[in-house]
This record gives sequence, structure tokens and C-alpha cells, in this order.
Amino acid sequence: MIPTEEVVNLSRLQFGLTAMYHFLFVPLTLGLGFILAIMESVYVMTGKEIYKDMTRFWGILFGINFAMGVATGVPLEFQFGTNWAYFSHYVGDVFGVPLALEGLIAFFLEATLVGLFFFGWDRLSKVQHLAVTWLVALGANLSALFILIANGWMQYPVGTEFNYQTMRMELTSFADVFFNPVAQVKFVHTVAAGYVTGSMFVLGISAFYLLRRRDTAFAIRSFAIAAGFGLASVLSVIVLGDESGYELGEVQKTKLAAIESEWETHEPPAGFTIFGIPNREQETTDYALKVPYALGLIATRSIDEQVIGLKDLMERHETYIRSGMIAYGALQKLRAGNTSEPVREVFDAHKDHLGYALLLKRYTPNVVDATEYQIRQAAKDTIPNVEALFWTFRIMVGCGFLMLFIFAAAFYFTARRTVWHHRWLLWLAVWAMPLPWIASEMGWIVAEYGRQPWTIAEVLPTFLSSSSLEPGDVYASLAAFALFYTALLVVELYLMFKYARLGPSALHTGSYHFERERAS
Amino acid sequence: MIFDYETFKIIWWLFIGVLLIGFVWTAGFDLGAGALLPFLGKKDEERRVIINSMGPTWEGNQVWLILGAGAVFAAWPMVYAAAFSGFYAAMLLALFALILRPGGFVFRSKLDDPRWRSAWDWALFVGATVPALVFGIAFGNLLLGVPLQYDDTLRSFYGGSFWDLLSPFALLAGLVSLAMLVMHGAIFLQLRTEGVLHERAARAAQFFGLLFAVAFAVAGLWVAFGIEGYRLLSIADPNTALTPLQKTVTRAPGAWLDNYARYPWMWLAPAAGVGGALAAVLLVRARRAGAAFMASGSALAGVVLTAGLSMFPFMLPSSSRPDHSLTVWDSGSSQLTLAWIFWATVIMLPIIIAYTTWVFRVIRGKVTANDIKKQGHSAY
Repeated sequence: MIPTEEVVNLSRLQFGLTAMYHFLFVPLTLGLGFILAIMESVYVMTGKEIYKDMTRFWGILFGINFAMGVATGVPLEFQFGTNWAYFSHYVGDVFGVPLALEGLIAFFLEATLVGLFFFGWDRLSKVQHLAVTWLVALGANLSALFILIANGWMQYPVGTEFNYQTMRMELTSFADVFFNPVAQVKFVHTVAAGYVTGSMFVLGISAFYLLRRRDTAFAIRSFAIAAGFGLASVLSVIVLGDESGYELGEVQKTKLAAIESEWETHEPPAGFTIFGIPNREQETTDYALKVPYALGLIATRSIDEQVIGLKDLMERHETYIRSGMIAYGALQKLRAGNTSEPVREVFDAHKDHLGYALLLKRYTPNVVDATEYQIRQAAKDTIPNVEALFWTFRIMVGCGFLMLFIFAAAFYFTARRTVWHHRWLLWLAVWAMPLPWIASEMGWIVAEYGRQPWTIAEVLPTFLSSSSLEPGDVYASLAAFALFYTALLVVELYLMFKYARLGPSALHTGSYHFERERAS
Repeated sequence: MIFDYETFKIIWWLFIGVLLIGFVWTAGFDLGAGALLPFLGKKDEERRVIINSMGPTWEGNQVWLILGAGAVFAAWPMVYAAAFSGFYAAMLLALFALILRPGGFVFRSKLDDPRWRSAWDWALFVGATVPALVFGIAFGNLLLGVPLQYDDTLRSFYGGSFWDLLSPFALLAGLVSLAMLVMHGAIFLQLRTEGVLHERAARAAQFFGLLFAVAFAVAGLWVAFGIEGYRLLSIADPNTALTPLQKTVTRAPGAWLDNYARYPWMWLAPAAGVGGALAAVLLVRARRAGAAFMASGSALAGVVLTAGLSMFPFMLPSSSRPDHSLTVWDSGSSQLTLAWIFWATVIMLPIIIAYTTWVFRVIRGKVTANDIKKQGHSAY
């Protein structure tokens, strides 16, 4: 018996919303952590108090954001159990490992030391405190590494094998899981996006102080650090984009073709569609505007490798489904106790495609009796929502290039010490502040919505992954999340805006704008 | 591999116990102190003393819970899946309560409005009390068994609702959990505060210490004479990969005492529970908060061990299909996975304990209203 579609959809919506919400805070923690560490390093090396003030002020905003990141991370870990029980059973043997390691190696370090970042200024030596700040930043980034190893494995499940006795995927090589190339490119791409977020945050707020002509010595130094760190980071995000991970694994290839709305396989090198209207009915892209060579270069880093089109992918998946049906038939015999050599041989020969057969469960519980029509339907299901991917990817890339321009300009004028004279740039930096968040959320959609119909690529379909719950339970929790998270976001943004407007005067050192005003 | 599969299973059962004890020892006093916050702290500055006594360390302490859940996921995926989805509403309730805590610590004192601060104080109260109760109630239900069963693809089905969790025995287990954590939290506050707060905390510690000792003893008698335990009748070789569908189990009155009959040394665990609490109460009266904290810690460890030892090898017994109960032998991860996370834990746990100890040393000492006034908005 498979879970009802309602429960699956509600659980997906809940996980999607809570994950995207969590991801409002995580990138800022990743980036701002290192920016704090850089500022404090300058303080320790030069002994200039202003850098300590910078570390402490941006630290207040870091703390507000960090609290939200911690609060909203726990529900994600719990949801694998509450809403995705079959997923947890089916892949917990592999997927649970990076999550446990994240706690052991990364999150414990980050969360234990973050208290000393705030409360340790008078209790630690300068160097000790600096070490704490670096370790907090490092812990946050290590956290991201393990989470993305888990996520990368969902996109490209290596180092694992199906065990028919326990009816689940089991670990065969931890090294393969850890060094999964998809996970590695995702890690670099995601943390670099976090650095961009932290930089844009500091750049925008500093620009605001400069426009108001207050606390300028403080603001211009913050602006400079953000400009430098931001430029390096945005270049990394763009140059080391995770496109290189798209040639690995069938689902990643399908995602790439969907992002490109590439229905046909063309002779290499493929062109990049800058604009077009994906048309799923006709399986074409209308009004396509193409840049020759670009896609081949981006996706395969070569001009002679093919980027396969969606139609060919579907055809190929149809053969996988047929092969998977043979595996499924053999599995039923094995489960019934017939573990003879020939049955095992048949199973082993086809078990890599077992996941494709599971796609048929939506249409026929027995799988092996699927009709031609049902097989074609299941093959069609292997293609994610092309329109959504096509556009979210382009919005993400657009935001990235806009930020490249802003950081490049900010860096250039900082180096020439003429930031002052370019009020347009300061305004642009203020108004561009939402860009990294838009880009991150769009990137999340590309990666995770683009993984559909799978939770674990080619292994476990989403519609089989959820718990056996009553829809009412999930409606209730979803509504509670929506209400609760909205209220929390309002509170958080109120505090963020309040402290950002107040600026370094929040430190009560007596030497900044609002306090001097009061004093005079 | 260094150990055989069976040994790894037992080691991972022990490790989960260690992580649980780590959780009740550290996050436990934060939860206990949080539950006392609105009652011990009558004025804003008193409440700030309480909050700041936990301020620098609560976040690290809570990771014991997050790591515990992650370790259960990795080592006991079936237990993780069945317990979290079965206790759906209860888990989400605890989750929502926990989400209130960061705001209570970090946001509360960033604004001066008394209504804002009072709202967050109650948020911290809820964020402490609800999880303490829910975790206790969940453990109570583990002892009772839950309506859990599997189909042939090992998909779990859970037959009960949220309200079914609230049986009298489970509620008593919730009270045991709340009382023990509040005792622990009160002693922690006694250690870290002065003057009137110190006195109030000492009084609370005595009350909740006694309440816990009585509730725990009653729960023990109830387990022995009131509820049915589970007994494993037959199972295939525990040294192999097993699924929960390959054994026979029966329910019997007093079966949770089987292990104590076989290994009388196990009585040390419940004895530590009751004895530790009584010793803690006496030491609190003698104003020896440090020693009382140790005694209370051994009481907490005694409770966790009592629950684990009574049920061993069961982890999640099934009341509707006892044969489908989850045990140490048939709900764990593969040997390779258990080995990997074993090494990671053996290496990392001492390091974690080392830096956690260092942090506690750095922030040691009494928290006073004066310190907080000096720090202004940068304190919690």
C-alpha cells in the first residue's frame, strides 16, 4: 500500500517550505561568519579598535540570524523521520551517516563556540577569541559540507547497493559517498553563494550608512571588506558553478536538459538558450534565442561532448523501466524465499534499474503487469517540470551576473578610493540586497525540484518515500508551520532592520552617530 | 572489522544511551531552568540572570539532542522512521516548542518593552516544559508499546493517534521527565546565582527532587506490576542482517523485570535514580550545590539507564503486532555503517567533551544583575 497522493504532496510542500525558509538564514551565516573572522583578524593584527567594533556590530546581526538558522534547522532533520519514514528506512543506512557526522564534527563545534563569540570578549585573550571566531565560521562551513554530501548523494547515489533481504540501500563505500563529485561541486557552489550573501548584506548596509553620511569610517571599512570578499566569492560562484556536476548521473543529465529546455539531442557543442518559452505539450521550445557553443562549454567543459535532449532521455528511461520490471519480478521471487542462483543472477543484472520499476507503482501496484501505456507514462514522469526549471535557473544566473557587476564596481571604486562620488553605486548596493537570497532560493528549486520525480535519483520515487500519515495531521502541521514561521520572520526582520538602522551605536561605546548626537 | 555485527549493534545501543545522558545532563538543566524561569525570576533583572546563566552554552547543549536524533537516524533508521512518524503530532509539538527557544534567548533583551520581554519569557517556559513533557511521554509509550506494524516492503503503519499517547502511565512518565529536569535545572541555577534567586532555586530543587523520586518510584512499581512488558521468544542469528519480521515476541506482565532477574547488578540503575535524587535534595539543603549537581546528574543517568536496561533488547515494542517490534537485533544499519559512525564517534566525542569543558570553564562563576547591567544589550 502506498501513501496517498495528498499526504505526499502535503509533505513535499511542508519540506519545501521549511527548507527554503531555513535557507533564508544559512547562506548569511556561512558568509558573515568568515567576514567576522576577517574583520577580527585585522583587529588582532593592527590593534585598531574600529575593527573590533566592526566585528561586534556585524556580530549582533550575525547572532539574530544565527538563532533563526538553528531554530529552523532542527525541523528539517526531524522531518525525515516524521514525514518521510519510508525514505528514512530505505536509505537511512547511507543518508543518516553524513547527518550524524554533521552533528559530531561540525554543528557541535559551531554551536558550542558561538556562545563564546558573544560572551567571551572579556574572558578570552585576543588570539583565543579570534580562534573562536574562525572555528565558528569553519564549523558552519563544515556543516554545509556534510549536508551537501547527504544532498549530493540524493542527486547521484554512489557507494551503495540494494540489499533484498533488508529491502533497503546499504553503504558499500563511505569514501565514494564522501568524495561524491556531485557533492563536492555542490559544496563549493553553495558555500561560495553564502559568501556572496554575507558580502552583499554587509555591502548594502554599509552603503546605507555612507548615503546617510554617518559612521563613515566604520562603514567605508566594512564596505571595502565586503567588496573584496564579495568579488572573489561571486567569481567563484559563477566560474565554479555546479554545472560541471550535471554530466554525472542520469537525473543530473535530465535536470540539465530541462534547465535548457533542450528537447532534441543536437550535434556538439550545444548552444545555450538565453530566452525561450518551453512547450511541454509539443515538446519544443518556442521563440528560442540561442548562443552557440555556450551550453557545451558550461555543461561538459568541452566542445565535442553531447548534451542529450529530453526526448532521447525519455526513450532511454523507457528501456530502464523495462529492465527494472525484470528486477522487480526477480525481487518478488527472492522475497518469497526463492533465492536460487538463476533468480539472483537475473536480479543482480537488472537491479540498477529497480528504482525505475518503482515508478510504475503509481499506475499498477504489481509493477510487472504494467501495460505499454503505463510504461510510457512512467517514462514521461522522469522529466521534471521544464518551465519551472528553465526560468528559475535563468533568474538565478541573472542575479549572479548583476551581483558580479555590483561587486566589481564596488571593488574598483574602493581601490581608487572614490566610492563616495558614486552615489548610484551605493543606492544600487542597498537595493540589490535581496538578490543573493533570490538567487539562493532559485538555486534550491533548480536542484531539488529538478530532482523530481525522485527523492533518491534513480532509486526511490518521491511518491513512495513519505510516511503513512493521515492528511489531517499534515494539514495541521503545515498550517502551524506557515503561521508560526511567518510570525517569526516578521519578528526577525523587525529586529534586523532596527539594529541595522541603529548601526554601530548599538554597541554603546559612546563614539558612534546616535550616541554622539545625544551627547552634543 | 574490529567487532562482529552483533557487538556493533550492542555498542550502538550503548552509544545512544550515552548521547541521551549527554542530552539530559546538559540541555536538561537548560530545559529545567527554562521551566522555572517565570516563577523564580520575579523581576526583569532576575529573569535576565537566569537567562544569562544559560546564555553562552544553551546552543551547544541543544546539539546533544540534534546529534542524538542524527545518530538514531544513522544507526537505527527503522526506529527513527517508526518513532518519529508514529509520534507525528507529539514530535511536531516538541519541535514547535523548541523553535521558540533561540528567540527567547537572543531576541528577548534586544528590546526594552516589558510586554515583548514577558512574551519571550513565556516562550522560553513553553520551549522548555513542552519538550521535557513530550520526551517523557514518548518514553512512557515505548515501555507500553505502540500500535506499529510493517507490510512486506517494510513500510511502517501506525495505528494510534496523538490522544492515545496520553495514557495515565505515559503521563506519569512525562511527569518523571519534567520533574527530573526541573530538579537538575534548579540545582544548576543554585550553582550559578546568588542571593534571593539562589534561595528560590534551592527550594525548587528540593521540591522537584522529592517529586521526581516519588514519581519515579511509582512508575517503577507500575512497570513491575501494572503494565505488560515484552519478551523475545525466538529470533534468528543476531550476528546477521535481520528485519523486524523474523522473530516471535510475547507480552507478559512483569516482563520488563526479566533483565534484572538475570543480571542483578542492573538494579544499580533505578537505585541511582532514586538515591541520586534523595542525595541531591540533602546536598541542596546543606548548600553544597556542586555536589548536589553531581548527585542529580547520576539520578538522570540512572533514569535513562533504567529505561534502556528494562527494555533491552527492545527499542520500540509493537502492541498491535508484538512480532513486529523493533529490537537491537533487527532494526539497525548495516555493519559497515555502524563501523564508520563508531569510529567517528570514538574520535569526535572526546574532542567534543574537551572543548565543551573548556567553554564551561571560561564562563564559570556566578552570574549577577550587575554584570548584566554592565553588558547592556549585548547580554541576553
